[in-house]
Amino acid sequence: MTIVNTVNVDQKLGIDKFHVDEGNAHIVLKKDKIDMQEYQKLMIACPAGLYKIDENGNPQFDYAGCLECGTCRVLCGKTILEKWEFPQGTMGIEFRFG
Amino acid sequence: MSDDRFDAIIVGGGIAGTVTAYLLAKEGLEVMLVERGNYAGSKNVTGGRIYSHSLEKIMPGFAQEAPVERKITREKISLMTEESNVTVEFSSTRLGEQGSDSYSVLRGVFDQWLASKAEDAGVQMVTGIRVDDLIVREGKVCGVIAGEDELEANVTILADGVNSLLAQKLGYRGELAPHQVAVGVKEIIELSAEVIDNRFNCREGEGTSWLFAGIPSAGKVGGGFLYTNKTSISLGVVSTLSELIKANKTLPQMLEDFKSHPSIEPLLKGGKMMEYSGHLVPEGGFHMVPKIIGDGVLVVGDAAGFCINLGYAVRGMDFAVGSAECAAKAVLKANKAQDFSAGFLQCYQSFLDESFVMKDLKHYRNFPHFLEETPRIFNGYPGMAADIMTDLFVVTGNPPQPMMKMMMKHVKNMGMLNIAKDGWKGVRSL
Repeated sequence: MTIVNTVNVDQKLGIDKFHVDEGNAHIVLKKDKIDMQEYQKLMIACPAGLYKIDENGNPQFDYAGCLECGTCRVLCGKTILEKWEFPQGTMGIEFRFG
Repeated sequence: MSDDRFDAIIVGGGIAGTVTAYLLAKEGLEVMLVERGNYAGSKNVTGGRIYSHSLEKIMPGFAQEAPVERKITREKISLMTEESNVTVEFSSTRLGEQGSDSYSVLRGVFDQWLASKAEDAGVQMVTGIRVDDLIVREGKVCGVIAGEDELEANVTILADGVNSLLAQKLGYRGELAPHQVAVGVKEIIELSAEVIDNRFNCREGEGTSWLFAGIPSAGKVGGGFLYTNKTSISLGVVSTLSELIKANKTLPQMLEDFKSHPSIEPLLKGGKMMEYSGHLVPEGGFHMVPKIIGDGVLVVGDAAGFCINLGYAVRGMDFAVGSAECAAKAVLKANKAQDFSAGFLQCYQSFLDESFVMKDLKHYRNFPHFLEETPRIFNGYPGMAADIMTDLFVVTGNPPQPMMKMMMKHVKNMGMLNIAKDGWKGVRSL
């Protein structure tokens, strides 16, 4: 199944206020081969569109634009995620409107 | 009791946590509230609107002072297909009467105000600190752990939101199930107050709540929403996770398509996107409420799953306030008796059972299941409504058909029995 996604979410995230905890990822994918069926769930459901694939079809994930909703943990916490926690205090997304 | 021990520590500066803290401090208890964001509300998102009845009881006339956006006096519900939109609209001054009024709010703003009220009442607010774990001794929760620091309290209130990792750590519940939660994605789109008044036919300070079923969530369980704020519009899409993952487009794409729908695009024209947000919504209702009482600990608000989505109304914040009030009553009683055991704190459950929180959750307990079991609401009826309206209003010059025959054609397509069954089941679950 092809999944439609032409929207540029990164541009939208660029408007948000983040305090990115550089070098201290609060979400980490498992190191071993990723089950792409599981990964596809996150490609569809992550509101920040952080679960991408590169030109070779490999998973490409960056925690920097995370909105801390928990969707990926609920869907794939037991399958392809190594770690999911909230960012350290003061770090991460800061909603001005919410 | 040692000097550095609090009567109560509350984890989370959302509405449930802040109101609990406020009520306890007002009665003279030593209360600390720990929030991981830089300010209360900085991690919080609503659709959304707050129904005022429960906070009104605690802070009468709060809406006069609080930074609410607009009083909602116009309710709209739509069935939306790719090219059409069929809407039912209800506007009434009855919607705005004090005590049964509701307001659009922005949590980044509203929660800060609520937190300032709690601070004025004597709550010690600590922001920018993430609670990592709880101090548990012989099964009793004795406080919180944040990094190297440990803080002790007679009772700890978990108000850490829908994800409540702390309730999970205590084993009060497992991981959330994909059918119990929906993910919402939202944009704040800035427009002048005057433009909003004009486009939504609103009087100054009044506003619209608008919910959509059908194409916004790509025909999956969920929908679109639009709320007018003072000088912005909250526009978003919500979808239940178990269904969302079967969709043929991404959630951000659904929102993008919703924005460019011919019924929506003109309303947003000239608007500037100010924020993009996402959040989980507990939608399992009564059946997802986990264990909420233990030795030295209570769970409130979203962390306890106190939320209802009825399709035409979404309620969470009034339950947050209601559960906070029950928790505060229980803690005050426990404090008087100096007994913070699970057995004594069971009075929290009794207060909840007597309050609208449990009464409403129980009343609507079968509704989440009904939505899940009735995909036609999301992928059938919007199309049927649009087809009937198309036949009524689109004049092609072709010979007309008797109205009854025309209507019956669309009804038969859906199946008369299906419609009767869905209607019966839906009404029975409400």
